[in-house]
Amino acid sequence: MTQEHILNEIRKNVIQGRRNAEDEGLDDELAGEPGVEELVDQALEQNIDPQEILNQAISKGMEEVGVKYENGEYYIPDMLAAAEAVGAATDRLAPYLEQDNQQKKGKIVIATVEKDYHDIGKNIVCIMLKGAGLEVIDLGVDVPADKIIEEAANREANLIGLSALLDTTMGYMESTIKKLEDKGLRDNVKVLIGGAPTTPEFAEKIGADAHCRDAFEAIRTIEEEETR
Amino acid sequence: MRKGVPVKPYPRLNQQQIELIHRASMEILNDTGIVVHGKEPLELLSSAGAEVNGSDQGGGYKVKIPETLVLDSVKKAPSEIKLGARNPENTLLLSAENPRVYYGSGSETNFFLETALKEFVPRGEDNSPGYIFPTYSSRRGCVEDLCRVAHLANQLENLDFFIRPINIQDEDITEENKDVNKFFAALDNIEKHVMAGITDLNQFNNIVKMGQIIAGGKQEFKNNPVLSFISCVTKSPLQIVEDAALRMIAANRHGIPVVISSSPQGGSTAPIEEMGMVSMINAEILAGVVLSQAAEKGAPVIYGSVPVRARMDNLHDMYGAPEFSQYNLACVQMSHYYGLPNYSAGGVSDARVPGIQATVEKSLSHLFVAQGGTNLLHYAFGLLLETQTFCPEQAILDNAHIGIIKKILEEPEIDKELKEKVISGIDKVMDSPYRIFSRSARKYMRSGNMYMGYPFEGGEEKDNTMLRVKEETERLMEQPRSCLPENIRNEVYNQVPGILPRLVKE
Repeated sequence: MTQEHILNEIRKNVIQGRRNAEDEGLDDELAGEPGVEELVDQALEQNIDPQEILNQAISKGMEEVGVKYENGEYYIPDMLAAAEAVGAATDRLAPYLEQDNQQKKGKIVIATVEKDYHDIGKNIVCIMLKGAGLEVIDLGVDVPADKIIEEAANREANLIGLSALLDTTMGYMESTIKKLEDKGLRDNVKVLIGGAPTTPEFAEKIGADAHCRDAFEAIRTIEEEETR
Repeated sequence: MRKGVPVKPYPRLNQQQIELIHRASMEILNDTGIVVHGKEPLELLSSAGAEVNGSDQGGGYKVKIPETLVLDSVKKAPSEIKLGARNPENTLLLSAENPRVYYGSGSETNFFLETALKEFVPRGEDNSPGYIFPTYSSRRGCVEDLCRVAHLANQLENLDFFIRPINIQDEDITEENKDVNKFFAALDNIEKHVMAGITDLNQFNNIVKMGQIIAGGKQEFKNNPVLSFISCVTKSPLQIVEDAALRMIAANRHGIPVVISSSPQGGSTAPIEEMGMVSMINAEILAGVVLSQAAEKGAPVIYGSVPVRARMDNLHDMYGAPEFSQYNLACVQMSHYYGLPNYSAGGVSDARVPGIQATVEKSLSHLFVAQGGTNLLHYAFGLLLETQTFCPEQAILDNAHIGIIKKILEEPEIDKELKEKVISGIDKVMDSPYRIFSRSARKYMRSGNMYMGYPFEGGEEKDNTMLRVKEETERLMEQPRSCLPENIRNEVYNQVPGILPRLVKE
């Protein structure tokens, strides 16, 4: 395959949301054909510049997915599938990009707060943020504030994402922020919160930097933060 | 053929109850008897083996029909009937044994309810954007309304057959030209099956001629009956009326499908208790079936049960009453017990305007009567105020709600082949990092079979449903009409006397 052809195939498979050959995608004829993972491996073997793969294939594919979503042609499951495919590709590309000192868009430590085991929303946010090019460190569910802060500090994250589904656990968001302040780390990170019982007013009250209604708002907030 | 909703009927009555009602109906027909008006119906029933008693002093003859004659007649009547359409993809197959539910409009309201949207600004809030509320006004229907409504109905994906929902009351509509104009206005604007009663027996041949021209010939009309008839053969309680009986007999002799309809009112013209109501309406319809088979052996007839309940403050029909759905469900079972396709009713509201009452009353009977496995569920679109008013916006709402009900009633897709696919899908997701099943939803979402959400949902904290429905009504009304080809229109106009020139020339 020529460079142009392989980059085009990667882009097409991002749009189809196919991580690998096992994924069906949307078009029947693609079943069994190489997906994004196999194609990225092949591109790297052919010594195609990882930055080219990222810019010309993956980002372009994701841009088209965004347009399809805006047009009403794509829905959330399509966005998730595409973001997963992008996530798989960036995992493959990460070592090469790090060698080249390429910076990720940002690094986020994300968790469902203490005593809360709900993670559907948080997982969707993780997939989408990874698809948007962030480095995502997912700590899972029922994560105590100390653990979140420790990980953020050790991994030099610039963002913390806190999720809660219960009104009884959303208070742990406030205590996490309070502990960040106590440790003098509050200025190192932006704290984003989300989850059904949370509101922009609540975010403001507890001193979070932003309330994100969904994954899209999280991406928008982070991108706005970057351009600031 | 239109898909309809194949249903496994919900058995409201158990076998013993069905047989008890059958016994009661047989005793009504054999012992109480039915009053019959008119020479020809009497002669037909008598020669078929019914016993005619007494003499007619304006009150009709008492006729006693033995069970053997009833059972012999229902055996002769077909248990499967095909109803055609201008577009053969809209053909309906009515089967008593394997029922598919088809939803249709109906039936000749006198008043057309217009919806207007007005903006209201709360007092003292002159600078606020205001609230949009629908306001309604009612007027008499006309032939142009019928054309517009048929055009609208043609585009409602959940409307399977058409019965005119608005009466034509123009000044130039007379008793003589009414039938041809109502059939023409409908058939010229809709490619689905058209059913109607006729007012004037003299117009019967003209309507048949119209059907033959539209279907493409006599034989073509037999194969593809683009229209059929409804005849209220009985007047409750227990009387066969001459003119309606003659209209049915004419259809029987032409082999055109006809609904033998009866619509007693529980609490006035019929017993209010379910058993009494169902036993009596069953007897009335079966008497009609006996007459039809005496007129023409094997004539395609549809068991038309439209039992209603009286409201006790004014003795009007009350369609929102739960008894209405109970009666109708039980009748569907009785009709299928005899192996006859069924026509029943559902989806009428007693409310004057669209709203919560209308939605609740309509949706419940849309759902419950369909669960019985009726073949033709008429009255389902746009009817308000006890079938006195038709509102196009309400029809649009009904179409959306029937879509939800059709989805609920669709057959479960569970089989061995699917089991392997399901397990492998679950295994795959359980091995993935976030265990989300959205990937497999993508194709399902695009299968055309997934409910994508309420079509008139508003994004704000106020109810904008009617605003969106009004926009949709206007959009659909503005679409180009699917009229008959020019040569067919002209042929109908030239060969069928009485069609208003403005219907062809506009």
